[in-house]
Parts: sequence; C-alpha cells; structure tokens
Amino acid sequence: MNLFRRLTILIPYLWLLVLFLLPFLIVFRISLSEPVLAMPPYAPQFDLGEGWAAFRESLSQLSFANYVWLTEDALYRNAYFSSLRIALVSTFLTLLIGFPLAYGMARASEELRPILLMLVILPFWTSFLIRVYAWIGILKPEGLLNQFLMSLGLISEPLTILNTDTAVYIGIVYSYLPFMVLPIYATLEKMDYSLIEAAQDLGCTALGAFWKVTARLALPGVLAGCLLVFIPAVGEFVIPDLLGGSDTLMIGKTLWTEFFNNRDWPVASAVAIILLILLVVPIVLFQNAQARAQETGS
Amino acid sequence: MSGRWTWFNVTSVVLGFAFLYIPIILLVIYSFNESRLVTVWAGFSTRWYVEMFNNQGLMDAAWVTIRVALMSATIATVLGTLAALALVRYTRFTGRTLFTGMVYAPLVMPEVITGLSLLLLFVSINMDRGFWTVTLAHITFSLCFVAVVVQSRLVSFDMSLEEAAQDLGCTPFEAFWKVTLPVIFPAVISGWMLAFTLSLDDLVIASFTSGPGATTLPMKIYSQVRLGVTPEINAVCTILIGLVAIGVITATLVTKQRAVADARARQADPA
Repeated sequence: MNLFRRLTILIPYLWLLVLFLLPFLIVFRISLSEPVLAMPPYAPQFDLGEGWAAFRESLSQLSFANYVWLTEDALYRNAYFSSLRIALVSTFLTLLIGFPLAYGMARASEELRPILLMLVILPFWTSFLIRVYAWIGILKPEGLLNQFLMSLGLISEPLTILNTDTAVYIGIVYSYLPFMVLPIYATLEKMDYSLIEAAQDLGCTALGAFWKVTARLALPGVLAGCLLVFIPAVGEFVIPDLLGGSDTLMIGKTLWTEFFNNRDWPVASAVAIILLILLVVPIVLFQNAQARAQETGS
Repeated sequence: MSGRWTWFNVTSVVLGFAFLYIPIILLVIYSFNESRLVTVWAGFSTRWYVEMFNNQGLMDAAWVTIRVALMSATIATVLGTLAALALVRYTRFTGRTLFTGMVYAPLVMPEVITGLSLLLLFVSINMDRGFWTVTLAHITFSLCFVAVVVQSRLVSFDMSLEEAAQDLGCTPFEAFWKVTLPVIFPAVISGWMLAFTLSLDDLVIASFTSGPGATTLPMKIYSQVRLGVTPEINAVCTILIGLVAIGVITATLVTKQRAVADARARQADPA
C-alpha cells in the first residue's frame, strides 16, 4: 500500500464522510428533538462530549413526536401523496414526449446524430432557473401563449395555466426532458434495426414489431430515464414554487416553508428523513442500474 | 443502422426541439424589448442591458457566483478525480461499499435535503455562513458528478501503460501525473465544466448554506422572479445563455478537431 494509493482513497473518503454522511446523522438527530425559541431553534440531543451517563439520559429524551405529528397531520400526508402523483404523471408525460424524440434522433443519418445530440444537451447546460423562468412569461394570463391562441381565434378568454398543476407538469417535463432522451437514445442507437425487418418478414405489423422488438430492447434506457426524471421530480422545489399555485402541494416546498418561514428545524428535518425513506427504493434501483451499466461498460 | 427518416421521425424530432428551444428563444427576443411590460413588444432596445450593468446588487451577486464556481469546480475536480481513481483501480479496501454509496447518492439526492443537512452541519460546528460554506457545499455535490465523468473514461484506460512507467523508474504519483492524467485529461476538463455550471446554476443548496454578504446570482434572480418577470432579468438570462452556448460549442468544436487530428495521425501512421 503506497502513499499515493492511500491518499487517493483517503482524501475523498474523509471529505464525503464529513460533508455528506455526518450531515445526515445530524439531520436525523435534530428530527428527534424538540423545537425551542432560540438560535439554533432546536434543543440539542445527546451531546457525546458529556459522557456515557449523559448519553443514556438523552436517549431516553429522544422524541418521535415530530414523526407522529407528520403522519397525523393531513397537510403533510397530502404533500407526500401529491408529490408522488405529480412526479409520476410528469415522468409519464416526459416519456411520451422523450421517446419519439430519442427514436427520431437514433434513426437520423450518421452525420446528423452528433449535432442532434448536442442540441439536446445544450439546454441542460443553461440554468435550470432560467428555463423555468422562461415559462412564466409564456404561461401568464396575458402571456405569449394566450396572446397567440387568442390571435388565432381559438380561445376568446385567456386560459389560466400559470399557478396550476398543469404549469408544474409543463415545467418538470421541460426541465427533465434531456434526462429521459439521453438514456433512451443510447439504447436505441445501438439497436440492430434488421431485427425489425426480420419481425416484419415473419408477419408482424409495423406496430407489432415496434412493441415486440424496439420497446423491449429500449426497456433499460426507458427505465433509467424514468428514474432520472422521477427521483428529482419528487423533491422538486423551484418548479412548484414558481409555476405552481398556492394549492400545489409538494414536499420539497413544504420542507422549504417549514425551514425558512416557520423556522421549525426539527419538523423540516423529519420531513427530509421521510422524503429520503420514500426515495430509497427508486434510489437503490438507480444504483443497481448504474452498477450494471458500469459492469457492461468495462 | 441506416438513417431512415419517415415522416413520423422527422415530426417528432422537429416538435421535440421546438418544445426545447422556443421558450429560450422567446426569452432572448424579449430581453431586447423597449417596453417594461415584458410580454408586449414595443420595439428593439438595449436599455435593459445598460440598466443591468448599472445594478450594483446584480453585479455583486454575479461576482460572488463566479468566485464560488471557479473555486468549487477546481477543488471538486481534484477530489472527484481521486474518487474516480479509487473506485476504478482499488476494488478492495475497507468500507468500499459505503464509499461507492456516498459517491453515487448525491447524484440522486433531492437538493432540499443536501442543502438542509449541510446547513445543520455548519450550524452545529458554529461555522459562520457565507462564501466558504457555499463553496464547501458546492464542492461536495459536484465532486460526485466529476467522479462519474472521469470514471467513465478511466475504465477504458490501459493500465499497462502506467505499469510500464513504473517499471522505468517512475513513482506511482509520477506515473499517474505523466501518463494517466494526459490521457484522461479531456474527461477531467469536462468534469470541471460540469462542476462549474452546476455551481453557477444552483439555487436551493446555496439558499440553505449561504449567509449575509454571499448572495449568489441564482438567489438574486429567484428573489426578483418571485416579484414578477422583469426585462432586466431577461437580459441577465440572455447573457448567461450566450456564455454557456459559446462555451459548449467551443468545447464541442475543439474535441471534434482533436478527434479529426487523431484520425489523421492514425491514418498517416499505419503502425
């Protein structure tokens, strides 16, 4: 074990232990404490510096009151369910738009493909906040979409889209579309299209061949894309805050409000822990997919 | 696979790109609008750009953001490259599973949780919040993105090259510095660029970990956007979009040129 190797492992390891794992333990600890009117606004629990007796004493003081309160209060329950619902619907909509786009790109000519790929990635490099902000000007009652539709004579009254769940769906689909397109494109690009011809020669209709061959082969990419959209969408804050209405409940927004407006740090921490528990299954799925991709890549 | 463009493929690509680009294009167009009413066109004007440069608060925030992004991207690139080396080369060391988990988890962690947890850490060790806390937070989450990018390049690196260097008398560090690093350098650079834009872009984590005197540009934009769309913010956004577009297109052209040069070199030298 030489020094270089030891440092290579040790430096990032220690960094992540101190700035990633330790903060989580602190969140968990604070979620079990009582709020107080002070700074910091919570009563600290089990200070390890005070010896074993003090540690045992504080263990008995741990309170799951915040969690009980979160499960009993309909507001939080609704926020969790509505986050899951909004994330699921928008993941589905993203797939609906992303799949044909990825398919069309994969079937473009060899010279065109790198350019199309760059065009999909380019918006991802521009600020997330800017992309969400751009939609405010389009969706407002006196915004560009309503102006356009009214000048065509399709509607006589402006549609209310901004500050509704519809605007949140549009925002999520728009922001996360590249995450859906890229993994699907990666699987479709490698696909051997003579398989489709073979299926059609054997009597499949075009749609049947698509469903039985293309859709099956693209499944890993579709799954990866859906997870990459669903996971961040559940905890999304910026999009529901800027595009959603006052009745758009999402858990990321609730956490933010508890923390910044109500200054209830213990409850905010408990919200974070529950959100994490909700995401454990999709995150583990994602990690397994990553590990598998890495194995096949190497 | 042969290129086959049916009407379905062409339509889905055209509609998809229209959806991706029309909002951004409209934003850019309306930043040159004379009127204060953002959605009513009243003629071409650059007055909002002038106002933007005279807005001291915005300029201060931009300066803070650039400093945070430069600092955090550079440190995150060093740490992320080390993490990638550890992941690819050293398949057995104590706590490797935990390490792998810690490298991948921030990629999928909701930003509100990362921000909250880091803030609570800084509070519990009594660290004053400001420039440094934002920078530390940004290093932590972007180092994982750098690690993934560099790792994907490292897996295809031929280890025998480094072994040869060590046989010829290099120390392990020299072998890495002189042989491996030049080969994986494009990945390291794209890791740095990714870390830089992630930091430039971040609102949520910065809002949690920042303190007085360290307002970043996204925080400033966000607080103004909540009050409504203004042409001045359109101008700021247009400049940011322009910078990113120039950066990405230059990077693509440079890598393409290098690829062409490589191909030519290989053709010229059949051995």
